[in-house]
Amino acid sequence: MSHRTFFWFILPSLLAMFVFIAMPLVSVVFQSLYIEHEQVMRVTKNCGPFGCKEEVSVDYEATQQLRDQNPLGQFNGLGTYLDRDHLAASEVGEAWTSSTSLGEFSTKLYNLPFYRSLAFTLAYTFIVTPFVIILGLLIALGVNRLTPVLKGPTIFLSLLPMIVTPLIGSLILFWMIDAQGIIGKSLQLLFDDKELSLKASPTLTWLTLMIYGIWHSAPFAFVVFYAGLQTVNADALEAAMIDGASRLQRVRYVVIPHLKPLFIFVALIQLMDNFRVFEPIVGFSAEANASSLSYAIYSDLKGDVIQFNSAAATSVLTIVGVAILLAPVLRKTWRDFQQKVV
Amino acid sequence: MSSKAQSAPKSLVIISSAMVLVWIVLAAFPFFWTLWGSFKVQGDFFSKADWRYALTGTRTIIETGGAFTNNGYEGAWIQEAFWRNAFNTLIVVFFTVVISLTFGTLGGYALARSGHSYAFWLLMIALVFRAMPHITLVSGYLLPFFEWNLWGHLPTTIIVLVAINQPFTLWMLHSFFLNIPKDLDESAKVDGCTQFQAFRLVIIPVMWPGVITTGLFSFLLAYNDFAVTTMLLSQENQTMVPRIAAFLGTTFEQGNVMFAVAAVVSATAPLFVLVMFFQRQIVSGLTAGAVKG
Repeated sequence: MSHRTFFWFILPSLLAMFVFIAMPLVSVVFQSLYIEHEQVMRVTKNCGPFGCKEEVSVDYEATQQLRDQNPLGQFNGLGTYLDRDHLAASEVGEAWTSSTSLGEFSTKLYNLPFYRSLAFTLAYTFIVTPFVIILGLLIALGVNRLTPVLKGPTIFLSLLPMIVTPLIGSLILFWMIDAQGIIGKSLQLLFDDKELSLKASPTLTWLTLMIYGIWHSAPFAFVVFYAGLQTVNADALEAAMIDGASRLQRVRYVVIPHLKPLFIFVALIQLMDNFRVFEPIVGFSAEANASSLSYAIYSDLKGDVIQFNSAAATSVLTIVGVAILLAPVLRKTWRDFQQKVV
Repeated sequence: MSSKAQSAPKSLVIISSAMVLVWIVLAAFPFFWTLWGSFKVQGDFFSKADWRYALTGTRTIIETGGAFTNNGYEGAWIQEAFWRNAFNTLIVVFFTVVISLTFGTLGGYALARSGHSYAFWLLMIALVFRAMPHITLVSGYLLPFFEWNLWGHLPTTIIVLVAINQPFTLWMLHSFFLNIPKDLDESAKVDGCTQFQAFRLVIIPVMWPGVITTGLFSFLLAYNDFAVTTMLLSQENQTMVPRIAAFLGTTFEQGNVMFAVAAVVSATAPLFVLVMFFQRQIVSGLTAGAVKG
C-alpha cells in the first residue's frame, strides 16, 4: 500500500485520536502549570461621622473580567504539583525529618490526599490483578470439565458481572451489602454483631471494593483462558500421562506453559484497567474511606468550584503512573521489533 | 472427549462442579435478586424487619395490595422522566458505534495492509492511548469545551466517545483484517481496481463478522461509560448511567430508592439481551486480541 493511500485510509481515525486524545494530554499539562487569577481587591475610603476608614473589598466585576479574558489563569509553574493536595513537597520533607520510624512516616504520608489516592490505586491494581488471573483460571478449568450442554448457559451467566455497566454492577452489590440488604444482614447474623457495617471501616471498604473488582474482571480472564484451553494439545497431555505425570503435574507443566502468552495478555489489560479504578468508588459511595487517582480528578472537576489546575496536575501524575506501568511492555515490544528489522 | 487424559476421578469432578456452581451463583444471583426486588416496595427490598419479606412481599401487600408492584418503574420512567435519558443513550450509542466502525474499518484495514514500519508505531501509540484513564482526558477537554461553548451537547460527547474508542477498535479490526487473505485484494488490484475499490468491492462483503464483533464492544464502551457522559453532558442531555448516579443523591433524601433500583434494572435489561444473542461473538472478540498477544 502506498504512503498516500495509507494516509487517506487512516486519516479520520488518526484525526479523531489526535484531537481528542493527544491534544487533551497537552491541554492537561498546560492547565496544570496555570492557576486561576486571584480575586481583585479594591481599597475604598469609607468616611463616616467617626473619621475615615480604609476598607478592603473584593471587586467582583474586575475579577470576573480578568478571569473571562484569560480563562487559563496566571502562570504558576510547578506550584500546583508541590502544594499540599498533590506531591506535598514541604509536608513530606517535614514528615521525613520529624518521623522516628518508617511506620510513622507512612502514616503521615497516608494523611495527604494525593498519597492516599495513590496508595489505594496501587493496592487495588496489584491485589486485584493476580486474584483475577487465579480465579479466572480455576473457573476455566472447571467449566472445561462440564458436559457440553451446560457450557453455554454457564458462560452466559459468567459473563454478566463483566458486561454490566461498572457503576450499575457496583450499585447492585452496594444495595445488597447495605446493613439492611441481604448480604449485609446475613453477615451481621453470621458474626453475631448487630452493628457490623461494611461501609464503616476503611479496611472493610477496601476489601469490598477489591472483591467487587475481582468479581467484575474474573469473567474476562475466564473467557480468555477457556478459549486457550480448547487449543491445548491432547497428545501432549496424553504423553505426559504415559510418562507418569499426575493430574496436577499435567496442569503445571503442560497446560500452564501453553497458556503463558494469555497470562501476559490478561495481566497487561488488567493492569491498565485496574489502574483507572473509578466507578466502584462512586457506586459504593466509598469516597470517605477510599479514593483513587481517577476519583481525585473527578471530585476536583465535580466540586462547586471546578479546580482545573488541581485536576490537571493529578491527571499528569496519573499519566506518569500509566507510563511507568507500560514501560516494560513497550521496551519488550521495541526489542522484538528491532530484532525483526535486523 | 474420549481421550483418557480427559477422564477424572469422581472426587475431582464433584469438587470442580461445585466450584463452578458457587461461581455461577456469585456471578448471577445479585442480578436476579435485584430484578425480583425491583417489583417490591422499599421495606421488602431492604430487610428492615425480616429478609424473607423480600420473597413473600409482606410489606408490598400491605402498602399496595398485590405481591408485585410497578411503583418503582412508574416513578422512574414517568415521574422522573427516565425515558428521556434512555432516548439520549440510544442516540449516543447508535452514532458512536456507527462512526467508530466507519473510522475503525478504514484505519484497521490500512494498518493491516501497509507493511511499513510506521504502521507498527501507530499501533504502539494506540496501545498507549488505550491505557489513558478516561477521566484524565476529560479534565483536558473541560476548559476548552466551556470556552468554545461545546460543553453539554450530545454530538460533543459522541465524537469524544468515538475517539476514546478508536485505539481499541483499530487493534481489533487490524488483527481481524490480518486474517483475511492478502491475495483477495491483491488480485482485485491486478484486475485494475484501485486500493479503495478493492476495499469496497472485495473486502467489505467479507468483513461483517469482524465488524459485528468489534461493534459489540464499541456498544458496550459507549453504553457503560460514566466518566465522559457525567462530565460532558448537561442535565437535560444526560444519558442513563449518569442519571442513575444523580438519582442516588436525590432519591435517598426523598425515600425513593426504589426509583433508582427500577432504573438500574431497566438499564441492565438491554445488556442481558445483548449477551443472550451475541454470546459467541463476545467470547470470540475477547479472545481475538489474545491470539496475537
